[in-house]
Amino acid sequence: MSAAREGAPASWEVFLRARRGLAHQHVGSVRAAGPDAALAAARDLYTRRGEPLSLWVVRSDALHTASPDERDPYFAGARHKPYRYPEHYAPLTEKGPEGEHHA
Amino acid sequence: MSTTRDVTAVPPGSPPGGPPSAADPDLARHLTCLGDDALVLAQRLCQWITRAPTIDEDLALSNIALDLIGHARTLLSRAGRLDGTGRSEDDLAYTRSEREFTNTLLTELPNGDFAVTVARQLAYTHYAVLHYQTLAHSADPELAAFGVRAAKEVAFHRLHADRWTVTLGRGTPESTRRMQRALERVWPYTGELFEEDDVARRLAASGTVPSPAALHDTWLARVTEVVTEAGLAVPAPTWSATGGRSGLHTEEFGPLIAELQSVRRQFPGGTW
Amino acid sequence: MTAPTTNPATEDSATAPDEEELLAHFDALIADGETIEPRDWMPDGYRRMLVRQIAQHAHSEIIGMQPEGAWLTRAPSLHRKSVLLAKVQDEAGHGLYLYSAAETLGVDRADLLDALHHGRQRASATFNHPALTWADTGAIAWLTDGAAVINQAPLCRTSYGPYARAMRRVCQEEAFHVRQGYDLMRALCEGTSEQREMAQDAVNRWWLPAVALMFGPPDTEAGGADARTAALGAAVSRRAMAWGIKRHTNDELRQRFVDTCVPQAERLGLTLPDPAIRWNEERGHYDFTPVDWDTYRRALGDDTHWARQRIAHRLAAHEDGAWVREAAVAYAARTDEPAGAAA
Repeated sequence: MSAAREGAPASWEVFLRARRGLAHQHVGSVRAAGPDAALAAARDLYTRRGEPLSLWVVRSDALHTASPDERDPYFAGARHKPYRYPEHYAPLTEKGPEGEHHA
Repeated sequence: MSTTRDVTAVPPGSPPGGPPSAADPDLARHLTCLGDDALVLAQRLCQWITRAPTIDEDLALSNIALDLIGHARTLLSRAGRLDGTGRSEDDLAYTRSEREFTNTLLTELPNGDFAVTVARQLAYTHYAVLHYQTLAHSADPELAAFGVRAAKEVAFHRLHADRWTVTLGRGTPESTRRMQRALERVWPYTGELFEEDDVARRLAASGTVPSPAALHDTWLARVTEVVTEAGLAVPAPTWSATGGRSGLHTEEFGPLIAELQSVRRQFPGGTW
Repeated sequence: MTAPTTNPATEDSATAPDEEELLAHFDALIADGETIEPRDWMPDGYRRMLVRQIAQHAHSEIIGMQPEGAWLTRAPSLHRKSVLLAKVQDEAGHGLYLYSAAETLGVDRADLLDALHHGRQRASATFNHPALTWADTGAIAWLTDGAAVINQAPLCRTSYGPYARAMRRVCQEEAFHVRQGYDLMRALCEGTSEQREMAQDAVNRWWLPAVALMFGPPDTEAGGADARTAALGAAVSRRAMAWGIKRHTNDELRQRFVDTCVPQAERLGLTLPDPAIRWNEERGHYDFTPVDWDTYRRALGDDTHWARQRIAHRLAAHEDGAWVREAAVAYAARTDEPAGAAA
């Protein structure tokens, strides 16, 4: 019987804001039957030290994801557009590619 | 050092009020009652660890027990400073005989199944929230600061108890039956939390500690709300247990205290 | 994160990369010291080795709660009681971090626990020893957690991302365990002669489990006389190291542990129960008696009192709690959006 199994039935991803100024960061997952139980489990598991500011739980199967190694079209273009990066351009302290440094 | 004291017959003592810097046996005795409640309940919760329904619950119950031990330490060490004996928290926890402990019988009840533990947590945590929220306004600054901290901690314990009461009450037919039976088992022992003697009344009148009796009606309203949400009935017990506050305990209490103190008693003069 | 779900975007790609190409890419990531993440392609053997190792580690944390947990009600001061409770609680937490990491490989915590309960997977045999006195809680923390820290520190850089991240949390917390264990032992050593005797007795019994079982069988020539065991161990270790799951041999870590412990024991005034322990100037390490693995294998068997006891205790908790878990599922199904698990 599935209910008698430990950790059934649902998995929840846990996100924690450890300090002010930081985004919520994924820290792991918990198993719990419902959202309140998931939040309580996440609190007991992931906040035993420090004084985190906030906690999110999201059902794992509710996350729709894409990741770089799937050879899908999601990320293929990102690396090949150098003009998106500041390094593509001359620093503001220079006149141009062949300019001289200001002293 | 430990002779059995008759805790019901403390002579009318020091005038209450103000932060007591010197000996205050009345306040010491009152804080010992509260500290013993926390210590004994923590000891019962410790018995769950590695035996809980899930590993997550091992974690949850140990978190609660850890907070309760913290409360016991604060309360007992303060009591030791106030009672004129200079006893430490450990002296009080480990060298008193079972007749000298003044916890309520509720806290020492054997764990039973998980539902009984949840029912006891429900009764105790709702009481503790009210108690510490009031203590946070104590005229004694040290107790007030402790009340602020403890109120936050027991508020989380209360959420835990509420959640399980409702979950078990509205879970399966078996869990509903067990939860109702657990409430019936525990309820006769809840009245003792609200008992007060002359000393408690005097201390409460001076604004040092909450009046236990005054918390009862709000407590009942709040637990009734949770029990009702759980689809269960608030028991109407025909009897009410008493005796813990005067050191008259259940037979199960002796082994609990013997276990608590066994290592320390085995090594007289030891350092830990 | 749980079992990776297939992204629809990959399913209709007409030319699925062949396994050789995937393997080359995987090997290149490992060679570059990059981490492998849950939805990356990985060889079956890598996945299996990880599941086995992470599950065994998680089980060891959960079973490891028992010997110390038995002393929670008897801790001899309220401070020690708090500390022990925090430690046993951390062990539950570590078990859960690790089950969570294992779940990213497409297995389920429930299945792993099932495997533990029914003997298909095991916890470390270290905890198939009894904790007989209060000092055992100190010796366990100082020695076996000390061994764990040495064993586990390299795992913070293990090649599988979720495992490495779980281990970083575990290691941060284990440091407290070792220190409090040492502190507990020091208090006993500074106490009465009866307390010192209790401390020494505990060290006598926990030294070998720590030095042998916490590091696993010998896997180099340094490991001992039994060439067959060492060769077998070496093959497993080579595979694990090639995949970046393991970073050092068992024997290397074992030596590191002995080198760390000997001076600590001297400071405590305790004797490690191995007459062969002495400083070897030439090697720059402490010599010690190679683990007699054949003799020790008995402790690894399931047919010892304590091996059976640990599993029976765990199984009893699991079975006693079944009605509670059923209630939680039934309640969630009634109140929330459908709570049926995604397989």
